[in-house]
Amino acid sequence: MTIGASDLKRMFDAIAVAIEADRDRLCQLDGVIGDADHGIAMALGFNAVRDALASLDLAATEPTGLLNTAAKSFLNAVGASSGPLYATAFMRAAAAVKGKAELADSDVVALFQAMAQGIRDRGKAETGEKTMVDAWQPAAEAAGASNAAGKSLAESLQAALAAAERGAEATKDMIAAKGRSSRLGERSLGHMDPGAASAVTVIGAMQKSLA
Amino acid sequence: MQTKKIINDGNRAVDEMLEGILAAHPRHLRSVDGSPRSIIARDGPRPGKVGLVIGGGSGHEPTFLGFVGKGLADAAAVGNVFASPPPDPILECAKAVSGGAGVLFMYGNYAGDVMNFDMAAEMAGMDDIEVRTVLTTDDVASAPLDQRQKRRGVAGNFFIFKAAGAACDLMLPLDEVERVARKANDHTFTIGVALSPCSLPQTRRPNFEIGGDEMEIGMGIHGEPGIARGKLGTADEITDEMLDKILAEMAPKRGDKVAVLVNSLGSTPLMELYIMNRRVKQRLDAIGVSIHATWVGNYCTSLEMAGASVTLFHLDEELQAMLDHPCDCAMFRAG
Repeated sequence: MTIGASDLKRMFDAIAVAIEADRDRLCQLDGVIGDADHGIAMALGFNAVRDALASLDLAATEPTGLLNTAAKSFLNAVGASSGPLYATAFMRAAAAVKGKAELADSDVVALFQAMAQGIRDRGKAETGEKTMVDAWQPAAEAAGASNAAGKSLAESLQAALAAAERGAEATKDMIAAKGRSSRLGERSLGHMDPGAASAVTVIGAMQKSLA
Repeated sequence: MQTKKIINDGNRAVDEMLEGILAAHPRHLRSVDGSPRSIIARDGPRPGKVGLVIGGGSGHEPTFLGFVGKGLADAAAVGNVFASPPPDPILECAKAVSGGAGVLFMYGNYAGDVMNFDMAAEMAGMDDIEVRTVLTTDDVASAPLDQRQKRRGVAGNFFIFKAAGAACDLMLPLDEVERVARKANDHTFTIGVALSPCSLPQTRRPNFEIGGDEMEIGMGIHGEPGIARGKLGTADEITDEMLDKILAEMAPKRGDKVAVLVNSLGSTPLMELYIMNRRVKQRLDAIGVSIHATWVGNYCTSLEMAGASVTLFHLDEELQAMLDHPCDCAMFRAG
């Protein structure tokens, strides 16, 4: 089974629904160590993506074009931190599958890894700094390892989700080193990073939609 | 329970506010055609002048767009509440104010703003507009002195933008404008205190919890937790605690001059700000520091947050001249 533009559109629709349902929890997590707007920004961004993709002619759109449309609509709706981070993720994903109309399992895993790398590069963050990278990076590594071991896409994305959940959970024990909460020092301990929490929601929706 | 607000639709609050601002200040402000979040000074940008673009999230009014006008900023890029604008409106501001002498981006030091403004700067570079960036880092509570580059930009933006805007209006070249802007930032020291939270129009829920008898020293202008929470003191005690932190860093000598800003975070009234300012004057008099000018009021707010900030701008001859240079903005005038 391969993944085409219409599958990716369904995936983005699923992310928009999942994030919208999670909006208030994400705002509350952000309110503890940040400025309480993370759920709003994420919902705004993925709703804008859903609206932009709705106007695409999917029969005439390759995955790369769809992902670039997602990037631009997310960025212009949001700004903030999540705008450049997720827009870069989608642009890198677009580049990773350039020229392919249908994506094999390994292409989707490459797309997923490119998203994580884009977020790391744009945010100049490493794991352990209490950011969304703490969910995305282990998720990308788990998906890559699972794919390399010959597992199915469903299994690889399941492994990615489990790793993202562990990574997000681990941010509770981290002191923030990047972003707004980095000014908190040890007071950021004990709280899950909202960007890592929303990454789990995004990855979970991707896993359910693509599996 | 939701907080009470006079709004129509939380998601439309920023755009409806902009419509109202343009309706109120047609002589000073316009938006770029097709880019309603790019607010430009009607009188200001001109050939040969460095263009000054400021910006950031909404909810801090009159920061940022209230300081757009002749002699101060040429444009402001407007983001959602407490969120950086995306690159496009920033780029449109840069294009609209570019007079061929380069453009300076100035904004508070926040991760989101840095990413979006940097992306806009790269895009402007592709249009052959030279962009420099000076981040404001005046909040002394947000990182230790040896990590000043990590500090947030808060109400002291007012003085820093003012100095840079004057340098632009005096037709100084980009290098000089950048130097003045960096110097103004280095000479500006702010600390805030928060008494009660604000709520975003989209959530209408308090963005942090604080006890009825508590205050938080050093809280940021988006409700980011500060450096210490304690029992609410008297105006003199609070002002003393804030000034102790500022003066320890600024280390003024007898005879030095400062400008003072006592700023409301939103709902703290002028009465309380003036009571604080009384103490600021007493303290500065006691150490022989003279006050060149004072501003008291709402200059950099956090929606309806209760609390205040104190900023001292440590003047020398050059910075004083920049501060005194006339400007005419929608929400601020000098000279």
